[in-house]
Amino acid sequence: MSTAEVEEKVKAIIVEKLGVEESEVTLEASFTNDLGADSLDTVELIMEFEKAFGTEIPEDKAEAITTVGEAIEFLTANAK
Amino acid sequence: MSFKRVVVTGLGSITPIGNTVAEMWQNLLAGVSGAGPISHFDHSKHKVHFACEVKNFNPADHFEKKEIRKLDPSVQFARVAARECLADSGIDFDSVDKSNIGVIIASGIGGLAAFEDEVGYYYASEDRIPKFNPYFIPKVLGNIASGHVSIEFGLKGPNFGVVSACASSANAIGTAYDMIRIGRANAMVVGGTEAAITPGSIGGFSVMRALSTNNNEPETASRPFSGSRDGFVMGEGAGCLLLEELEHAVKRGAKIYAELVGYAASSDAYHITATHPDGDGAYMVMLNALNDAGLKPTDVDYINAHGTSTPIGDLSEIKAIRKVFGEHAFNLNISSTKSMTGHLLGAAGALESVISIKSMENNIVPPTIHHREDDIDLNIDYRMNFTFNTPQKRKIDVVMSNSFGFGGQNACLVFKRYAE
Repeated sequence: MSTAEVEEKVKAIIVEKLGVEESEVTLEASFTNDLGADSLDTVELIMEFEKAFGTEIPEDKAEAITTVGEAIEFLTANAK
Repeated sequence: MSFKRVVVTGLGSITPIGNTVAEMWQNLLAGVSGAGPISHFDHSKHKVHFACEVKNFNPADHFEKKEIRKLDPSVQFARVAARECLADSGIDFDSVDKSNIGVIIASGIGGLAAFEDEVGYYYASEDRIPKFNPYFIPKVLGNIASGHVSIEFGLKGPNFGVVSACASSANAIGTAYDMIRIGRANAMVVGGTEAAITPGSIGGFSVMRALSTNNNEPETASRPFSGSRDGFVMGEGAGCLLLEELEHAVKRGAKIYAELVGYAASSDAYHITATHPDGDGAYMVMLNALNDAGLKPTDVDYINAHGTSTPIGDLSEIKAIRKVFGEHAFNLNISSTKSMTGHLLGAAGALESVISIKSMENNIVPPTIHHREDDIDLNIDYRMNFTFNTPQKRKIDVVMSNSFGFGGQNACLVFKRYAE
């Protein structure tokens, strides 16, 4: 899957789950600081990514994914 | 120590016969039934195909989109009813001490739909890897509606849930009443909520033979005190009241609906689901609530009965009423508004408190609809006035509301017309 395809899918999930505008979902945007996610929202996002990309995101890796860009980077490298 | 006086200064409800108190009250007087075919799930293999569902409720009208999936329907109902209640009360939270205002919104079962969904996904998955949604537990907890209401309005006083099945919110009101009168809080947002029209709940209650199976006539299936009653009809929704310490209410110029003057709780200590055949627990709870209120049985004008339309439950409540009230049992009005709303389980006590107070405000007793034939059991003495089929005008200064739950748990509340 290309980075552009991953980006599109990731952004769609974030818009849906966090109820934010697509324009807010920039690569630098932090889930908690910029997009209004709390700790439970963040867990839910990671689970949605796992489902959408058919991959497992181990807990230590999940903790390191705090921005939109970091999610896209990880999923581009690991999507099945 | 002298107790403080406690008054009711706000009302809210969302019910199968109206999504506001005003709409519900009109439908109660018009004798509207909330029953109809179940729409919430595929019930084709269930024994019971009908319930009293809340209608025309669109969560997006009340909550942001991202919030909706985090809220079990029971919590959505609670929050909408609380908003109506607090708006009705006219309370300005910027001019009162919010650290002394608490919340108890009870639920008999809690977030059952969320529970069934999440656990269902798990057992349906082939790999049984536990991938639960992080909102699973906070959607299910029975105390969570109280938490949500406190967050929305910034109320930092006592906050918890109360559970006693179908008596839950009556016990919640009683508990909040006690807290205010001994000075633990200036005001309490109190109520009950339930959203248990789910595959598990309808299946579970029907296998106990608690539900009416009158699938051919759903609209008339809830017929408390009638000969052909065969079980309760499941309802859903929420009721909410603002209880306030009298001085607190007077100081802010609140509209006072009624004074809460009596509360008692008791247990049958008899059977886990069946009520005591002679209504021992019901008898005691009514007597103790009257004593708490300092009133005589003859002071009571109207009893909003528990009256779920089950064969045994209705009978034992009537026996208990007869025993408490003696000859006055023939003078007072009795009705079961569950004939219209269905049985809202843990929300019933709060909803019926709202109804009791509206009855007193308007001096009208809402009816027990669907009465056709008398019971052949002579213990149901039809010289008692069950307010069958049409509402009755009556000066109401004291109203009693009964709630009895599985576990043999009974609660009784007494409201009185407010006078300085």
